[in-house]
Amino acid sequence: MNDILSGIQAAFWLIVTLDADLIEITLRSLQVSLSALVIASVLALPFGTWLAVRRFRYRRATIATLNALMGLPPVVVGLIVYLLLSRSGPFGVLGLLFTPTAMIIAQVIIITPLIASIAHQAMRELWAEYHDLLISLNTTKRQRIMTLIWDGRRALLTAGLAGFGRAIGEVGAIMIVGGNIDHATRVLTTAIALETGKGDFELALGLGFVLIALALLVNFGIHSLSKTEREGRW
Amino acid sequence: MTHSMSVSLHKMHVKRRGKSILGPIDLELAPTGFTMVLGPNGAGKTTLLKVLHGIERVSSGSVQWSVSGAQAQQEQAYVFQSPIMLRRSVSQNLAYPLQISGISKAEITGRVETWLDRIGLSNMAERPATRLSGGERQKLALGRALIRDPQVLFLDEPCANLDGRSTREIEALLLNTLHTGTRIIMTTHDIGQARRLASDVVFLLNGELHEQGRATEFFDEPKTPEAKAFLNGDIVE
Ligand SMILES: Nc1ncnc2c1ncn2[C@@H]1O[C@H](COP(=O)(O)OP(=O)(O)OP(=O)(O)O)[C@@H](O)[C@H]1O
Ligand SMILES: [Mg+2]
Repeated sequence: MNDILSGIQAAFWLIVTLDADLIEITLRSLQVSLSALVIASVLALPFGTWLAVRRFRYRRATIATLNALMGLPPVVVGLIVYLLLSRSGPFGVLGLLFTPTAMIIAQVIIITPLIASIAHQAMRELWAEYHDLLISLNTTKRQRIMTLIWDGRRALLTAGLAGFGRAIGEVGAIMIVGGNIDHATRVLTTAIALETGKGDFELALGLGFVLIALALLVNFGIHSLSKTEREGRW
Repeated sequence: MTHSMSVSLHKMHVKRRGKSILGPIDLELAPTGFTMVLGPNGAGKTTLLKVLHGIERVSSGSVQWSVSGAQAQQEQAYVFQSPIMLRRSVSQNLAYPLQISGISKAEITGRVETWLDRIGLSNMAERPATRLSGGERQKLALGRALIRDPQVLFLDEPCANLDGRSTREIEALLLNTLHTGTRIIMTTHDIGQARRLASDVVFLLNGELHEQGRATEFFDEPKTPEAKAFLNGDIVE
């Protein structure tokens, strides 16, 4: 019990004094997850919207696949990305394994289906609302998608935040493809796992607090966004 | 812009899940005038308007506008029975049809202002449209339909939620629109309003075209007992 209390004390001290390691790891975490978020959003938001608007033959199958992909275990994603990027794998020559880029790739694979699925849900509702009007006004497919993305931007932001929350707290995949190398690929979650294993709770707890703060921030963001959405304020 | 549009329906039939909901109908509508589509609830009025506008699938028969299908729809506007509000401000709702047809910003601003004034919503231009009252929504939907200066205007009960004064204002606006050369096809449950506005009448009953003709004739001496009963406000079977 004493261990934990002194750990918490030390952790606060690390944060207050802006400990160099803590800052470095936090920044890398943000860099990896934000990059993954941007790439995944660019792919998933238009795709989710398109899926809501477009009727095509394999639409149901596509949606089912998307939902299944959402449940992919991160560890398995990590394993697959590892195999693809490893020296003997098809993309081995790129030398990406154990770099932040590899971690970004893994996180993109994990959160793209999640963001696309949430975006699709929200856009489907909005499309049901707008359908008759946009058809009547003789809009092009592109105009329809742009209109939905713009008017549904709060819902899409919520989808993005959910994706970010998943990425920043994820440990299985980035541990495998990043390798948790000090000053290279160590991020919040992998560092916490390592320090906890070593029994060094100071840094682990300090990093844990940062992670919790980020997670809370994300959830407050989602909450207030969906509230303004409901009240029709913007 | 004045190549007028007439339309003819030939054995037009709409079926849903094997059930006939409208038709088969043979109908000619002249390129000008104010056509009032009348009939009790569920008669098929909305369906007919949507078919004419080209947004309802026809099961058999044909709908032929005097211009090509794409052009016809481009120059038509439709006000839905329950107004659809974009989740944007009132003035952005008005601007939307102009934006998608690629009109310059300066012109959009001018036209939006004009129409805000005509529909009496100038003082709530920046309000979210989703926060308008039912009547205000109907006015906005009407303004948004008229702002592109359509040749054909479809109105599905545009005054259902309006008070007496707003109804008169809207009627004046509609007659004004008619006189600038727009063809209007409208539904209403307000017989008085139908009398005030219509130049001809299409009377539907149970998904069938029951009577069609000049407004004066229809209102003064309806040919069928059903139409007579409908005009008297009796229940029509
Ligand atoms: N997609 C559909 N599937 C099955 N039935 C439908 C469908 N759309 C409309 N109907 C039916 O077709 C009939 C005509 O509907 P329509 O909306 O045209 O009536 P209306 O004359 O506009 O009535 P109201 O005065 O209530 O607006 C109704 O009985 C309705 O239930
Ligand atoms: Mg109707």
